[in-house]
Amino acid sequence: MTALKTSMIICQVWERNMKAKNIILDGIVTNNAIFVMVLGMCPVLGTTDTLENAFWLGISTCAVLILSNLLISLVGKIIPDKVRIPCYIIIIATLVTVVDLALRKFLPGIYSEIGRFVRLIVVNCIILARAEAFAAGNKPHLSILDGFSVGIGFFLGLCLLGVIRELLNAGKLWGTTLFSGYVGIDIFGEAAGGFLTLAILMAVFNFVKSKIEKKQKIRQAMLKKSMQSVQSAGGKA
Amino acid sequence: MNILTMIVSTLITAVFTENVVFHYTYGICPFLGVSKKTNTALGMGLTVTLVIAASSILSYLVYTYLLVPFELEYLRILLFILIIAAFVQMMEMLLKRFIPTLYKGLGIYLPLVTTNCAVLGTANVVIDNAMPFLNLTFYSIFIGVGFLMALILMSGIRERLEKADVPKCFKGFPIALIIACIMALAFSGLSGLNFFA
Repeated sequence: MTALKTSMIICQVWERNMKAKNIILDGIVTNNAIFVMVLGMCPVLGTTDTLENAFWLGISTCAVLILSNLLISLVGKIIPDKVRIPCYIIIIATLVTVVDLALRKFLPGIYSEIGRFVRLIVVNCIILARAEAFAAGNKPHLSILDGFSVGIGFFLGLCLLGVIRELLNAGKLWGTTLFSGYVGIDIFGEAAGGFLTLAILMAVFNFVKSKIEKKQKIRQAMLKKSMQSVQSAGGKA
Repeated sequence: MNILTMIVSTLITAVFTENVVFHYTYGICPFLGVSKKTNTALGMGLTVTLVIAASSILSYLVYTYLLVPFELEYLRILLFILIIAAFVQMMEMLLKRFIPTLYKGLGIYLPLVTTNCAVLGTANVVIDNAMPFLNLTFYSIFIGVGFLMALILMSGIRERLEKADVPKCFKGFPIALIIACIMALAFSGLSGLNFFA
């Protein structure tokens, strides 16, 4: 009896872990906010001119996302259905104000560059989308996990763009020169360079994805073929 | 500087040199998402223009006459987004009641305007630059016009692009971003342009 109980508990934990694993993978890779969902494009293009800016905006967005997911999953059932979107927006705006004030106090240098985008985290589609699609109907710990994984996906995308653009623009990384004597390509520091980098990265992701899907298809076809041949052989015997 | 000069210089600044999409990189989501057909681009652009103008003026009034006297500047993010959401909601109800054909035509784009970075972004820019009221009014209207222009240009190109033979992995968003890059390059050539010193 106890063995059955323990095995059931193990099964439950395993199932829960599977769900958690799925949430993490979903947020970072399969439904990546930048490259797959194409959400929250304004800060992606506006703040990735250097790695440092991209890093801090990613951290701020991530913090707001995790906290808003937590709060909304806690109060989700209390809020009437009709006014839920305004309520979510107020919760998100409050959190953004907190982050905005904190950045202004502790990192004034960074704030002067990315401040205008920090204020725009309020209207970042990712946060409202996660609140509406996940946090409102799920338990707090899963919502935190979801916020974390989607936020990390966004953060990693921002940092990738930041690294590429800062290297190409000035030959620097986080402000330190890597290639001395590098003249630099100015457009990568401007909006045009952001569009170009994002376009090429997205195309690369699409290319890799289509290759993986092709491989899977071939494997499935081969599996089917071998199954059929086994069956027909069985029939003859 | 007389008023006509001010209007013309604001027009050039807001539409060309400080275009909301290519200079500030605000409003990229609708710029990429709604620019597949010229008709919908026009509808979206006009709605956004109206909302940007009205919400910037309202935000300015609330900021200067309510927040500054009571030293509550830190509440601006909260109040601005509330103003924008309330205004969009009100417009939705008014249109539904009085111009139902336009309401049906705009459909889903109207509620989407609330989460458009261009609206909140312009309200912030206008206050950060401490513009006088008259300049601010024209600036926010022309910023909307600039957004409308970018959207229509993009939709025109994308309608033609549907017949073009694009590499498979560039289909959809990547090729749209490449076009946006070329357009941004063209617009960055105009930056720093000043007709009236």
